[in-house]
Amino acid sequence: MSTIMVIDDSNSMRMLVKQTLITAGHTVVEACDGLDALDKLGTASVDLFLCDVNMPRLDGLSLVKRLRALPKCKFSPILMLTTEVDPEKKRIAKEAGATGWLVKPFQPEQLLATIKKVIA
Amino acid sequence: MSALDAATLAALLETFFEESFEGLERAETSLLALEHDHSEERIGELFRAIHSIKGGAGAFGVTEVTDLAHVMENLLDEIRSGRVATREITAALLQGVDTLRVALVSRRGGKPVDPASHAPIVAQLVALRGGPVAAAPTVTAPTSSAPWRISFAPHAHMMRAGNDPLRMLRELASLGGTVVATDLSRLPPLAELDPTAIYLAWTLTVPGGVARSDIDDIFAWVEGDCDLTIEREVVVAAVAAVPSAVDQASTPPPPPTMGSLRVGIDKIDLLMNMVGELVITQSMLGELDDEGPITVDRIRQIREGLSLLARTTRALQESVVRLRSMPVGQVFGRFPRLVHDLGQQLGKDIAIEITGQSTELDRTVLEKLGDPLVHIVRNSIDHGLETAEQRVAAGKPAQGTVRLHAEHRGSAVVIEISDDGRGLDLPRILELAKQRGLVAPDAQPSDAEIAKLIFAPGFSTARAVSDISGRGVGMDVVWRSIQELHGEVSVETHAGRGTRTVLSLPLTLAIIDGQLIRLGTQTYVVPLLSIVETVEAKAQARHRYGAGEVTRIRDQIVPIVDLAAELGIRPRGASDSDLLMIVESDGAPLGLVVDELLAQQQVVIKSLETNFGRVDGLAGATILGDGRVAFILDIAALSRDIRHAA
Repeated sequence: MSTIMVIDDSNSMRMLVKQTLITAGHTVVEACDGLDALDKLGTASVDLFLCDVNMPRLDGLSLVKRLRALPKCKFSPILMLTTEVDPEKKRIAKEAGATGWLVKPFQPEQLLATIKKVIA
Repeated sequence: MSALDAATLAALLETFFEESFEGLERAETSLLALEHDHSEERIGELFRAIHSIKGGAGAFGVTEVTDLAHVMENLLDEIRSGRVATREITAALLQGVDTLRVALVSRRGGKPVDPASHAPIVAQLVALRGGPVAAAPTVTAPTSSAPWRISFAPHAHMMRAGNDPLRMLRELASLGGTVVATDLSRLPPLAELDPTAIYLAWTLTVPGGVARSDIDDIFAWVEGDCDLTIEREVVVAAVAAVPSAVDQASTPPPPPTMGSLRVGIDKIDLLMNMVGELVITQSMLGELDDEGPITVDRIRQIREGLSLLARTTRALQESVVRLRSMPVGQVFGRFPRLVHDLGQQLGKDIAIEITGQSTELDRTVLEKLGDPLVHIVRNSIDHGLETAEQRVAAGKPAQGTVRLHAEHRGSAVVIEISDDGRGLDLPRILELAKQRGLVAPDAQPSDAEIAKLIFAPGFSTARAVSDISGRGVGMDVVWRSIQELHGEVSVETHAGRGTRTVLSLPLTLAIIDGQLIRLGTQTYVVPLLSIVETVEAKAQARHRYGAGEVTRIRDQIVPIVDLAAELGIRPRGASDSDLLMIVESDGAPLGLVVDELLAQQQVVIKSLETNFGRVDGLAGATILGDGRVAFILDIAALSRDIRHAA
């Protein structure tokens, strides 16, 4: 299965996502904010990023921009975990380089169905 | 059907609750700070706290709070975008925080509140936002069954955001879609082809039974990154977000109880490390325990093993104590709100300064510290701090300040609560104490002693019983609570300049650093914290003073106590030791005559109350390395008795 990095400053949300992914057989790398994500990315190879928007230190959109600047993440799918349904916010996320989004709250099944879209 | 089992979900839910309570506390702190600190960081933290609750609440099915969290978030988003947070907005958001807390506490207790009860606060927040909150538009499914015709022409850069057109085609295929035509017209000559760009475009059909929203979902992420037409009209309706108003009784939020303890992973790692060391030491010693003769070499090895064991045990103990420790900030955190609310109630302008909030303290101590601190702070605000007019008249800044400070001092944690108010009215305190028979009519106590009288049971100088303090209970409760925690209280006051109350608390209740002393044939333990120094008493001249003896140490008169006589080990005057241990309690020194100083070691306190019965002058007992029981002296109680007797 795939290696998925979950970036969220909320422990419970991150754990919920992680449990769901692990149950579905994926490998999960956790990060609690953008900087942590960049640290943990290091040499790891990540198939998909699930990234919260509002985070301390380095927020989701800045992280996406930083990831897109890395050769190995240039085409990686990055999904924003967001509570925003505002089209303007989505446009900004896309401009930053996000692949798509998953609107919180979501059911575990929804999460799995969505990531199935982006990882073969 | 859920992808997660019930136990996992329950554990995650508990994490969500804890995180949310912490978040609400942070939000409250930030809201109270908003008046003078509207830094991006502050507002960001506030926004994130509510945002996380909203997100989590939805995910964990705590749906009764989502509407409220949502409108709060919207309002906060406006503030984040530069709107000024007026007092009215702050007050409404604070009420929102309270309401969220109540709802979460109720849900955690298995009795979810009715979301309709949030209507008034939701409406208030919406009104402050200046318009109804737009809910997500819902798309109603079309009734027509004519097939969909989709023309999809990705822009060249679409893949750069990680969107693969093949994925979309695959998904359309899963809905029964078929590709009618592929447009190759944009394809450049091979030499000019950029492998990261898209040059193709497609026309597809999808059966009419498929909902438009399902098709939209597939293209949702590439809107603006492609030319897309999906032919067929749909109806979009907006849903009103404001539920009908229902009266809500305003009850203060109950504090969330501590169900479990969250411990940093670093602390657990450290603990694991220590246990690993312990196992290694155990196996090392185990190897030495065989039938062979006891040689010098073997004894040396056993000694090494034992010293390693001692080191590891101490380290293990320290990490367990750390495990039980929590930052004082957890208790300090509730004060900005308290000060804010009380200040408004009394019409006083009060700032609060908090320092040292990361100082860690035993969890049990911390949990029992809240109420005494509240009493002291309330007292400061009610009696200590003046109104703005009075302050200005006295040449002080109009805004009064309450300071909370915590720090480590040796093996104690010191907490200071100070204010820059009018100070204690010492003459009046003395007068009242005399009226109430708390001190003898002819007594001439020192200022410090008078200040301490406010902790006497039943004492209150409030001229009128106020809503906040002044019921004559409270400060004596403080005294008792701190005593129960083996702590000490002292008060310093300066007329017109303010009052400072200092609480000194042990790091942990279970273990203390002790000095072992010998009295006759008995071993006693003196808490190291109370020892100032040990001197040769012969070198100092001893003087008779009333029934007792005193000595002078560096210009300070120190009463001397024959500890062995005091404890009934031998008759008074039978001690011939020159050794004088100077201890300090409540800021006053006392010289204890002891026979011999033994080792210094950490001792585990065993309660006398539980195992035997309360004994005045003894704080408890401990079991020494050789299995004997040694009593731990209660220096504070001893010096009180002796001062009373004198």
